[in-house]
Formats: sequence, structure tokens, C-alpha cells
Amino acid sequence: MAHTRPLSPHLTIWKWRITMAISIMHRATGMALVFAGLLLFALWLLAAAAGKEAYEMFAGLAASPIGWLIWVGISWSFFQHLLSGIRHLLMDSGWGYELGVARASAIWVFVGAVLLTAAFWAAFCFGSGLV
Amino acid sequence: MTSKFTSASTIKGVRGLGAARSGVHHWWMQRVTAAGNLLLMAWFIISLILLPDLSFESVTAWVARPLVAIPLLLLILSSFWHARLGVQVVLEDYVHTEGMKLLATLALNFFILGTAAVAIFSLLSIAFGGPRA
Repeated sequence: MAHTRPLSPHLTIWKWRITMAISIMHRATGMALVFAGLLLFALWLLAAAAGKEAYEMFAGLAASPIGWLIWVGISWSFFQHLLSGIRHLLMDSGWGYELGVARASAIWVFVGAVLLTAAFWAAFCFGSGLV
Repeated sequence: MTSKFTSASTIKGVRGLGAARSGVHHWWMQRVTAAGNLLLMAWFIISLILLPDLSFESVTAWVARPLVAIPLLLLILSSFWHARLGVQVVLEDYVHTEGMKLLATLALNFFILGTAAVAIFSLLSIAFGGPRA
């Protein structure tokens, strides 16, 4: 019984479309935000609570090339998930189901996430005097 | 082309809380915490940009301020709750055997509660002036 009926979601039989790509991306970025973002957020607070030495070890690893890659990845995941989440909330209200609108809003989410990520890092580095 | 949606659910089915036995509570809390995350993350991101640097001294002094510690606490509650609800749905969709689904959901709950406890304890420890080196 368990496997005789179709189970969702059929990742393997979907034709690639931007509307399904954005749905999958919403889940993928959500998972990244939980298992990388929230975990590192908790460790950052733990390091700060543990004292200067622990915090500076965390900060040293965070400022390494791999660290930067992780922060950029998390921030892009966040903005992608944020914009696609707003798209979800709008669709919850009944907006944007027409094919053209659904495609256009998906494109804008992908573009907007990259722009917001770039804007955040520009503001962060400028504000912190790194640039 | 506009979509037309009809619901075949009976009020009895909804009040009986359906197969998940919890009605729309999960779905609704996902939206409530999403709205919370939206506001609190906007505040958090702007704060990160405005902080002079992310040194130990700057960060601990910032976190210890009541009007920072309280929204940070709310951010932890809202984001970890949202995370738990979201990953639960992914597990329900992709883990197809009941035993594995139960184990995976249990592991998720332990992970979320454990990580949230670390974050909350650390935050309060800094806010209430715990050990600083």
C-alpha cells in the first residue's frame, strides 16, 4: 500500500520551468538557512557568550575565504527565500496565478535576490570601513 | 487565464482537523512566523550594516542593550519556529516510509530545540552580563 499510489513531489518528471525552479529553490534555500544559517547564528552568539578568545577564533574562521563563501551563500539564500516567500504570501491572497504574472514574478525574485545580496554586501563593507 | 479554486472540504472535515489532526494551525503559524521574520530580519540586517564592526566588544555591547536583546530573542523564537515548520513539510514530502519519517521529524525537533536553546542561553548570558574575557 505504501508505494502503490503516487507520492509527492515528482521531482523527476517535472519539465523544467521557472515557476517550478523557484518553488524548488524556495525549499533548497530554506534548508540551507536552517542547517547553515541558524546553526552559525547560534554558534556566533555562543562564541560571543563564551568570551573574547572564543569569539576571536569564530571571527578568524568567519573571515577566511571559505567563511566569506559561506556568508555570501547564506545571504543570497536569505534574500532568495525572502522574496520568494513574499511571492508565496501574495499568492496565498489569490494574486499572481496567471501564467504570465507567475513567470514574471519568479524572474523578478531571482533577479531581486542577486541585487539585494550585492546591495547588502556593498552596504556592509562600506559601513564597516572595509572598502 | 484566471484560476478558479473550489474547496471540496466539508466543515466537518476541517473541524475534525483532517489527516494531520491539527487543521490549518501549521499552515497559519508558518505565515505568522514569516511575517515576524520579515520585520525582525529587516531590523537585524540594518543593525549589522550600522554596527561599526563585528568585534567582540562591539557585538557584546550591542547585544547587551535591552532594545537589542529583546528583538534578538523574538528573532530567535520566530526564525527557529518557522524553520521547524518548514523542514517538517519537506520531510513529510520526501521521506516516504512512516518509521523514517518519525525518526527524521524527531531528529529535526531535537536539532531545532537544541540549537535554539544554545542561541537563547548565549543571548541571555550576554544580556545579563555573564562571563566576559
